[in-house]
Amino acid sequence: MSRSLVEFRFAVNVAPKPGILDPQGRAVEQSLPHLGLSGVSAVRVGRRVELTVAAATEAEARAIVDDLAAELLSNPLIESYGVELLGASSSVVDGSSVPDRRA
Amino acid sequence: MSVRIGVVVFPGSNCDRDTIDALALAGAEPVALWHESSDLGGAAAVVLPGGFAYGDYLRAGAIARFSPVMRAVAGFAAGGGLVLGICNGFQVLAEARLLPGALLRNRSLRFVCRDVTILPERLDSPFTRAVRERRPLRMPVAHGEGAYYADEGTLDALERDGRILFRYVGPDGAPPVLPDDPANPNGSLRAIAGVTNAVGNVAGLMPHPERAAEAILGSDDGMLLIRSLVESAAERAAAAGPVRVGAR
Repeated sequence: MSRSLVEFRFAVNVAPKPGILDPQGRAVEQSLPHLGLSGVSAVRVGRRVELTVAAATEAEARAIVDDLAAELLSNPLIESYGVELLGASSSVVDGSSVPDRRA
Repeated sequence: MSVRIGVVVFPGSNCDRDTIDALALAGAEPVALWHESSDLGGAAAVVLPGGFAYGDYLRAGAIARFSPVMRAVAGFAAGGGLVLGICNGFQVLAEARLLPGALLRNRSLRFVCRDVTILPERLDSPFTRAVRERRPLRMPVAHGEGAYYADEGTLDALERDGRILFRYVGPDGAPPVLPDDPANPNGSLRAIAGVTNAVGNVAGLMPHPERAAEAILGSDDGMLLIRSLVESAAERAAAAGPVRVGAR
């Protein structure tokens, strides 16, 4: 099967859910006075995962990213995530020759 | 005839040898199960040992969950098979949703490696039956992400259903009071050190019973948990299959 695919570049931003103790965020916050900073609060440390998905449409690509974010990239018990589209390749790629990015 | 117990070996497991030794000491026939294996080699129980499976990348246990052996473990657990997760093994079982809750970064942000004291909440489980009397047990912890977390509703349900297997206590058995109490080494909610699933055949704990399996190691309290598992597995194997004289 060969169909035209577009490469979509996404970022998945994972953060600890409100109410979950975030000792990393707390440690960053506690360091702020050493920088002479005040007025900065509620620091939460998460992670950002960027990835490229080849799909026919943006909706299809988003569905794949959503599944991946909920299943692997975040733990829904303790983390929430947001998906951000960073860009799409202007030229379409043939589905039979999608570059292998596993390496 | 001794009972066969599988010990899963992920890339990055580092307590598999100790666990195999402790199981053999308790009279079992331990077998290593490679993470790419999709069958459990006829094991009557499975242990997921400590370590850093798949480097603990992303979150501890997150990637190990998708290994072929975990599909087999999930099927085994669904059929009522005994599964025990120790430390990283507990994290893997929580990520695989075979146990409730999650293990968060230690409250102190530090990797904690020292002896702790835990109190078994129940002595009638397959994992604690050899403990016999309810008393504090001493064994080491060694982890960076061991703070047990579940939402309040889940915690209440775990308490109500008797699914909290162990809690951290002080050396005298007194429960920790403050969140930063040294008796609770990682800031676990309600000082939870180990839990079971609803049926009671899958359990996980952060402390390392296999590192307290002989008096020369400083404590042999952990052997009680190892022996509990071996006894329970032997009983189940005998009930399920052809029994040889002297099987126990």
